[in-house]
Amino acid sequence: MRPEDVGATLNLRGLTPWRLKRSIILGFKSIWMRKLRSLLTALGIVFGVCSVISMLAIGEGASYEAQQQIKDLGSQNIIIQSVKPTNNSSAGEQTRSLVLEYGLTLRDLIQIQATVPGVNVVVPNRRIKDFIWFQSNSVDATAVGTVAWYPEMRSRKMVKGRFFTQVESDSRTNVCVLTQKLAKQLFPLHSPVGKTVRMRTSYFRVIGIMEDQVDATKVDDSSGTNPIESGSGEGLEMFIPITVLKDHFGDVLIKYRSGSFEAEKVELHEVTVQVEHSDQVVASSKAIKSILDRNHTDQDYKITVPLELLKRAERTKQIFNIVLGSIAAISLIVGGIGIMNIMLATVTERTREIGIRRALGAKKNDIVLQFLIETILLSGIGGLIGVGLGISIPQLISHFAGMKTIIQFWAPTVAFSISVLIGIVFGIYPALRAAAMSPVDALRHE
Amino acid sequence: MSRETIIELQNVEKHYQMGPDLVKALNCINLKIYAGDYISILGPSGGGKSTLLNVLGCLDQPTLGTYLLEGHDVSSMDDDDLSQIRGKRLGFIFQSYNLIQQLDVLENIEVPMFYRGVTEADSREVAAHLAEKVGLGKRMHHKPTELSGGQQQRVAIARALANDPAVILADEATGNLDSKSGGDILQIFDELNEEGKTLIMITHDEGMADRTPRVIRLKDGQIVHDERKEVFR
Repeated sequence: MRPEDVGATLNLRGLTPWRLKRSIILGFKSIWMRKLRSLLTALGIVFGVCSVISMLAIGEGASYEAQQQIKDLGSQNIIIQSVKPTNNSSAGEQTRSLVLEYGLTLRDLIQIQATVPGVNVVVPNRRIKDFIWFQSNSVDATAVGTVAWYPEMRSRKMVKGRFFTQVESDSRTNVCVLTQKLAKQLFPLHSPVGKTVRMRTSYFRVIGIMEDQVDATKVDDSSGTNPIESGSGEGLEMFIPITVLKDHFGDVLIKYRSGSFEAEKVELHEVTVQVEHSDQVVASSKAIKSILDRNHTDQDYKITVPLELLKRAERTKQIFNIVLGSIAAISLIVGGIGIMNIMLATVTERTREIGIRRALGAKKNDIVLQFLIETILLSGIGGLIGVGLGISIPQLISHFAGMKTIIQFWAPTVAFSISVLIGIVFGIYPALRAAAMSPVDALRHE
Repeated sequence: MSRETIIELQNVEKHYQMGPDLVKALNCINLKIYAGDYISILGPSGGGKSTLLNVLGCLDQPTLGTYLLEGHDVSSMDDDDLSQIRGKRLGFIFQSYNLIQQLDVLENIEVPMFYRGVTEADSREVAAHLAEKVGLGKRMHHKPTELSGGQQQRVAIARALANDPAVILADEATGNLDSKSGGDILQIFDELNEEGKTLIMITHDEGMADRTPRVIRLKDGQIVHDERKEVFR
């Protein structure tokens, strides 16, 4: 039979709710009669819908995490970090002096504050890596010297106690704030707040514990080395007033490495600049770059603009969504074709039933409706199972793999609607073919 | 004849193209069937019996000629109208019962009423009544596969009666049954005719000719014999 022979058209006039209900019940019966086949037929849709929902959930979760990390850096912020320059350019200098001097200076900071318009707050910090002691317990960690408004600027929350104040900073009080991770390692048994820890020869009183945070500036870390040596010590930080750091540990950092030692002088490891509005961020970062370019002959700094990272992350997410969407669309189309294939076989197999129904008064439309409803039910049931799996699989992934997954409310709805739509699209042709058979031929069919 | 004419065929022909040959399956058939008729149509295979039944049953349109069913010209109707006529005015009984496998006894009987648009409650009631009538009152919720051939054919009879048709068409209704079940089915036909139903049976069983008051014999697409006689049962 050629498609041109399909004389019947879809005409749902005279379709009462009662008729629809009976047709749906009949559809369920026909599906139930061939349980295994129906299940196998719907499987394509099940996996299609399931993969749409879970892929979206995983993608959404991953990009949410990345965006959250970037947002924590502050959308009005520009982060400038000192980077140890690559050897070639500064080889001459290195031979002349034992102390390698690089990175941001106070002079840079003052210039930025004075010349770049819209700059609100500037938060410098300096880091020293060494052992921190509590009684006989020691952890290789980093002392970060900074200012009192650091937590606010970098959206870091205190879990216990408080951050140090401007007064404490000005009066050079020996207080410190530990990250959760460091506190856990240093004080496995005690409550750290109020205790005193030691670094080199200086003692600091613990006044607060700060929430851990993933350093999102490393999201962008495609070039250059890190300003601070990362690794196992990552996230192990002790915050002290920058004034205290300078007084106690001086300007020169000395590192011992396999017998030799290396001295570095870095005035500031990191400067966070906050501008008034987030739309000034890009322009300000350009201005800062031009200032730094003039002051530094080597590329010994790195500018990170969280807003730009955010935009890039959003673009990545868009591409990701398009890719996922295409995969999902293909799998759903394949599922739909599977359903159509089986429905065509079913129509042939049930030719006799069609003939009987026609003899008993069924119009072409009645036959179209019956097969269409059956296909829609099949794909709809497949869609429902798929939604069920699609909702539970991301949760399993979250639970076992620890990945964050987000199921947006529209994802299951859209996926289910698409599955029903597929039922309609791929059901019409078999249904029309069923209706187009002449009653005599259909009855004669064995 | 004082009885009402239900079916009238005027010069009806049905042609088929078989390769290069034009086959006249029905050749100039003129026939009148009256209300309450009980007819057996006999003839050799290939004589046009089935074609005639298809035309009478509005499953097929005649190539030439006019077919009047209760005064309506069926030969010019479109597909939807034909479906409606089949559902409302004709009852079919087939050799192989032709029940719908996924439905139980009651639901099978309800099928013609469903397509006619009878409400669910009404069609339930009618179906239950008909199931009782054909002796299947205790098997209303059995599936066709759970019934014997004779029982399945009874369901088919009940289904044919569902819309109170003008004519019941039976195509070798006893052909697949043993003589005992076949006899039971014929007994039901006799009773239906006594109630005033019009029955047309197609058969190649000569024994049937003795059973019905009117016998039509077909050969090569033509009526060669149309006799009416007294039958004693």
